[in-house]
Amino acid sequence: MCLGIPGKVIETYEQDGLLMGKVDFGGAVRESCLVYTPDIQLGEYVIVHVGFAISKLSEKEAQETLEALRAVYILEDEIGPEEA
Amino acid sequence: MKHVSDYRDAELVKGLLQELHETMTKPWVVMEICGGQTHAFVRHGIDQLLPEQLTLVHGPGCPVCVTPLELIDKAIAIASRREVIFTSYGDMLRVPGTARDLFSVRAEGGDVRVVYSPLDAVQIARDNPDREVVFFAIGFETTAPANAMSVVQAKALGVDNFSLLVSQVRVPPAMHAILGSEGNRVQGFLAAGHVCSVMGYWEYPPIAEQYGVPMSVTGFEPLDLVQGLLDVVWMLEQGEIAVRNAYARAVTFEGNKPAQKLLADTYETCDRAWRGIGVIPESGWRLKPDYAAFDAEKRFDVGAIQSRESEICIAGEILQGKKVPTQCPAFGTTCTPEHPLGATMVSSEGACAAYYRYRRSPASLSRSGMTHENGRD
Repeated sequence: MCLGIPGKVIETYEQDGLLMGKVDFGGAVRESCLVYTPDIQLGEYVIVHVGFAISKLSEKEAQETLEALRAVYILEDEIGPEEA
Repeated sequence: MKHVSDYRDAELVKGLLQELHETMTKPWVVMEICGGQTHAFVRHGIDQLLPEQLTLVHGPGCPVCVTPLELIDKAIAIASRREVIFTSYGDMLRVPGTARDLFSVRAEGGDVRVVYSPLDAVQIARDNPDREVVFFAIGFETTAPANAMSVVQAKALGVDNFSLLVSQVRVPPAMHAILGSEGNRVQGFLAAGHVCSVMGYWEYPPIAEQYGVPMSVTGFEPLDLVQGLLDVVWMLEQGEIAVRNAYARAVTFEGNKPAQKLLADTYETCDRAWRGIGVIPESGWRLKPDYAAFDAEKRFDVGAIQSRESEICIAGEILQGKKVPTQCPAFGTTCTPEHPLGATMVSSEGACAAYYRYRRSPASLSRSGMTHENGRD
């Protein structure tokens, strides 16, 4: 039940006094309550659990983690070009 | 999928696993608290690629599993009332009560509905002003802000035909209970990533210090899981007692402040019984007096309920990490996800369900492949 899915916030709006949004989970778009990530910007990623964003994903931390691991475990030329 | 596929990179996982093997020089016992992580370990087959000397113990982090039988019987009694629309997360419906489950209430004509979000339950209450809508608010800290918001919203919008049946539990008191128990063998913890997304991990360093147990806040993808284990094993080998964060993209030390504030406004801590374990002091939340009018246990008098556990099911010992599902004679025979004897066979976070789904026999193991490519739900 503590599963959370990362998704991209593509729209925000207010409903019944709550900050809500549309979140894109790799193509599937669902409504989520964004009241716990009040400073979220369009295009940013959140972890959604039972219809609520519980955390904003840090792009910086994600990049740093992956880069550090890749530097150790994979040769640069095996990674391929960066995604646009 | 961004923020998912990168963390399933087989080469990186292999590299980290290799380092884990090289780091281990002694036997260690590490517990993953969260049932979601139990499933991820078994689903991806990572637990079978670990050093032999590293023992993974599955923890009690399955809210459906630890919800006390008495409360499930109470839910069934409330759901059976004519005026009630009973709403719940899907996992709860097949959890056996003493005599039956919520599904059978529905089969007998009760109005039991599965909701994805607690706000959906509030909407059902607004759409049905002449009915009583009850939401079964189970969960750990991850789910608490969503559950709590439903009652805040109901109060704000004047939806007074809405109430919560609260079974809200907290991780830190459970860690105390496990580490302080007689015969405890847990030497390190993977702290549950999404619990920490909400609560941060400022509650954990004092626990790590008190019991001399290192921890790492851990996510749910293969790379996250192995990184968390590597952190903990490295600290165990070095004799370092600290709390590290292997899930920094989703967790900060302080956690989600707006969520914590709403929880503090809505809930207060209380002692709570965990199914199969017993009462753990201060391990639960209940509604504050301001929200007493929205408490289903106060709103509905269901009389005295005689609850009785299955005599065969060993879910209690499994939840405490004392046994694994395959040690149960009923596992996969008289107890299956279709006909469960205990909650651990029902929930998508229960250890029995994970073993049943991914590891029934060597034959099913080779058929299912258990690889990163085809191991997805």
